[in-house]
Amino acid sequence: MEKFDEATQKELATFLEREQAQAKAHSTIHTLTTMCWDKCITGTPSTRFARGEESCLANCVERFLDTSLFMVKRIEQQREQAAFSGVGA
Amino acid sequence: MSDFLKGSLSSSTSPADMAVKKEQIMNSVRQEIALINAQELMNKSTDRCFSKCVTKPGSSLSNSEQTCIGNCMDRYFEAFNIVSRTYTSRARTARLEAQ
Repeated sequence: MEKFDEATQKELATFLEREQAQAKAHSTIHTLTTMCWDKCITGTPSTRFARGEESCLANCVERFLDTSLFMVKRIEQQREQAAFSGVGA
Repeated sequence: MSDFLKGSLSSSTSPADMAVKKEQIMNSVRQEIALINAQELMNKSTDRCFSKCVTKPGSSLSNSEQTCIGNCMDRYFEAFNIVSRTYTSRARTARLEAQ
């Protein structure tokens, strides 16, 4: 049994890594879609979005990402404060 | 599904065969990911549209329920595209800032 040459192996590894990252992003987008759909689409769906629904969806994604960043920052601040006052490490 | 894992290259594999084999692997990975993505979209939209449009299940789907489901599916796909666009552009900006 022969294997792929080193260059091909490397190429495949890079390819798989990229595909994996993309699949992960897709799964996040699916989760965000359902979450924001539940928040923004309140009426009965018609042939087009109701007023404000489109911008609500975009805002929903932006604010979710803000929330995620905010929480990371907050935890970091709390850790710094704790370390400063000598309570925790 | 993962045929490429079972198939091994024979000892007489030429570089051209190897390139073909490589392409096959890449394509089946792409296809499988696309399939999972489509299934996910179908499952989620069915879920959402069923609860939105079929509030009191009768002996069959009424005309108005069918219209609602059709519209709902179209809007759900559109919502997915909006979310995807917003998320991707935000991710791109973050990556550029990190550099």
